[in-house]
Amino acid sequence: MSDFDFSVILDNLPFLIEGLGMTFLLTLLAIAGGLAIGTLLALARLSGFAPLAMVAAAYTNFFRSLPLILVIFWFYFLVPLILGRPVGGFYSVLVAFILFEAAYYSEIIRAGISSVRSGQVAAARALGMNYWQTMGDVVLPQAFRAMTPVLLTQAIILFQDTSLVYVVGLKDFLVSAELVANRDQRLVEMFTFAAAVYLVFCLLGSYAVRRLQQRFAT
Amino acid sequence: MNYNWDWSILVSEPYMGWLLQGFGWTIAVSSAAWLIAFTLGSTLGIMRTTESRLLRWIGTGYVELFRNVPLLVQFFLWFFVFPEILPDDASRWVKREMPLPAFTTAVVALGLYTASRVCEQVRSGIEAIGPGQRAAGKAMGFSEPQIYRYVLLPVGYRIIIPPLTSEFLTVFKNSSLALTIGVIELTAATRQIEEYTFQGFEAFTAATVIYSVITFAVMGAMRVVERRTRVPGTVALGAK
Amino acid sequence: MKFGSTILAAAAGLALAGLGPVYADAGDSPVLKRIEDRGVVSIGHRETSIPFSYIGDGDTPIGYSIDICGYIVEAIKVELGKDDLEVKYVPVTGQTRIALMANGTIDLECGSTTNNLTRQKQVSYLPTTFITGTKIAAKKGAGISGIDDLNGKIIGLSAGTTNEKAIKAAIAERGLDVKIVTVKDHAQGWLALETDRIDAYGSDDVLLYGLISKSKAPDDYEVVGEYLSFDPYGLMVPRNDSTFQRLGTVVVADLMRSGEMAKIYAKWFEPGPTNINMPLSDRLKTAFEIQALPN
Repeated sequence: MSDFDFSVILDNLPFLIEGLGMTFLLTLLAIAGGLAIGTLLALARLSGFAPLAMVAAAYTNFFRSLPLILVIFWFYFLVPLILGRPVGGFYSVLVAFILFEAAYYSEIIRAGISSVRSGQVAAARALGMNYWQTMGDVVLPQAFRAMTPVLLTQAIILFQDTSLVYVVGLKDFLVSAELVANRDQRLVEMFTFAAAVYLVFCLLGSYAVRRLQQRFAT
Repeated sequence: MNYNWDWSILVSEPYMGWLLQGFGWTIAVSSAAWLIAFTLGSTLGIMRTTESRLLRWIGTGYVELFRNVPLLVQFFLWFFVFPEILPDDASRWVKREMPLPAFTTAVVALGLYTASRVCEQVRSGIEAIGPGQRAAGKAMGFSEPQIYRYVLLPVGYRIIIPPLTSEFLTVFKNSSLALTIGVIELTAATRQIEEYTFQGFEAFTAATVIYSVITFAVMGAMRVVERRTRVPGTVALGAK
Repeated sequence: MKFGSTILAAAAGLALAGLGPVYADAGDSPVLKRIEDRGVVSIGHRETSIPFSYIGDGDTPIGYSIDICGYIVEAIKVELGKDDLEVKYVPVTGQTRIALMANGTIDLECGSTTNNLTRQKQVSYLPTTFITGTKIAAKKGAGISGIDDLNGKIIGLSAGTTNEKAIKAAIAERGLDVKIVTVKDHAQGWLALETDRIDAYGSDDVLLYGLISKSKAPDDYEVVGEYLSFDPYGLMVPRNDSTFQRLGTVVVADLMRSGEMAKIYAKWFEPGPTNINMPLSDRLKTAFEIQALPN
């Protein structure tokens, strides 16, 4: 296998792009779901209502103590059991990613919310806003702005982490590349190509993060 | 639901043995990889803070490369691609003679990947100290190595204990990826038990408990260390 | 209703209808009751377990196990007196089959599942319809005709399988000096054999035949040696339902007694649509004879 033949990439391009589409779809849905649940968790932790804060803290610490692969296995096993019908691997994996990422997002969002000066909250409350109005109209918009670079960095990590769906054989970009690699006996070319594609997207992502950081730095 | 709970499976042979062996491999992979990550990561982190442009450039290049390719892909690169691009003799050795091929590959891949993250922590720790101390060291007539040895590093490492702890725990969790190249570590062992006994709940619960307990124990222990070693007047921080 | 082997199944249905309901009362079987209430029998199938249970050219699963299940479905129809029973195929994997059986999603699993005593705490099995076991595959002309020829050589084993344990035990017992390389799965193992990382690959013989038939050069490889382990496959049914289990057992025993089972085997394995070319082994032949219990 000493002669490299990169034409195998061109030949299988549509198949690989389909896999890449799956990778992006999973990333985007997991970000959306993770952000939604992560925000709720962060609000719960900062709500000042002890039982709620404790539950949210326990959730976050618990998920952060587990390897993602184990979480993927858990949900691959649990989701059909709970739903009582077979769901494609995609949904099991998506649930796993959303619940797992929510723990990480909640920490970022909590830090972001805490960074909004307390005077703002006091001012909003003085205007007669309730907790949810204060959060929704005053704190969160500012917090999200401040958090954007960190959230994006986490999104890049998530993009990389989606490759772990490999363990349940969901056809994302890496699995597609591996299928071609095994079928055509082109491991060197395919894995190098896969690495290069991830590298390019992640570098673009971190470039965007740096630009944002410069813009938000005031 | 028609599920037959049987927790005794976890303490009966051979399954308990599999769990313990898996746990052993998890510890072995994580500690060996951490050794590489800490040594190399510290070196690179220091390189990124030196005054030599070349050294800084090497450090930055390393970090950008290793941080932006998924760890799983790096495992595959080391396991499948690396031996193929070696000269024939070396290739043959790696493929056929190298002891514990899957374990060795996992340690190298995980160690080199984590080094890029440790590098960033070490760099941020040193940078957090500020230029004043370096200048003070210079004024005292210290050479650059002496400045690092006696001024920057002792303080820098103490500042970054919390982020380093979480990097260590990340290695511990990431060692589960070794199962993709055939190391039967903890996660793989529980999956194996599920496969053999059809007692998936029990097996996965065992792994979950083990990972959580270790994580919380390490975090608790490091919090004590952190308190004992805190540099007065500084706040602990880490790279984002 | 879509159904694969319509002709065979219809024939079986007629034969069984002639016999009349020979099974016990459906009332004491939760699974039969469930099937009757839903009007649907749900069959768990694999998607890539060739040639047992897989998706062929069409949408519906086909294979050796699926054919056998066809007869069981006909028997359920007779038992319940419902000709219009719908068959629903539910895809399962090695990781989801237990969950889906435990929560009642599937009534019967027609795949390639090994029967062992520990697993019987969780599920029940119908009589053994296939026997595989650990063997080794090697390149022809490599001078390997059994495990004893592996001295000083390298064998690849899929991590955590029964094969791994069986071959390690055999090596220890014979005092051989064999280097073992563990791989993640069969594809990786086969690749290792093709790229000369290993001299032989050990696995279930049926998988080895399958890997050879799919390889670039099927004529270059062979399955050699004696069986080093015993892995009987059985169709899986929910636990604690002896009535339903017996219904399945009767169907399987009938097929074995009438010689129909050997014909189904020949259809899928000798050489079979995927050209797996695996002759009926002596021990599976014996198993068919022994399990053909009298009525």
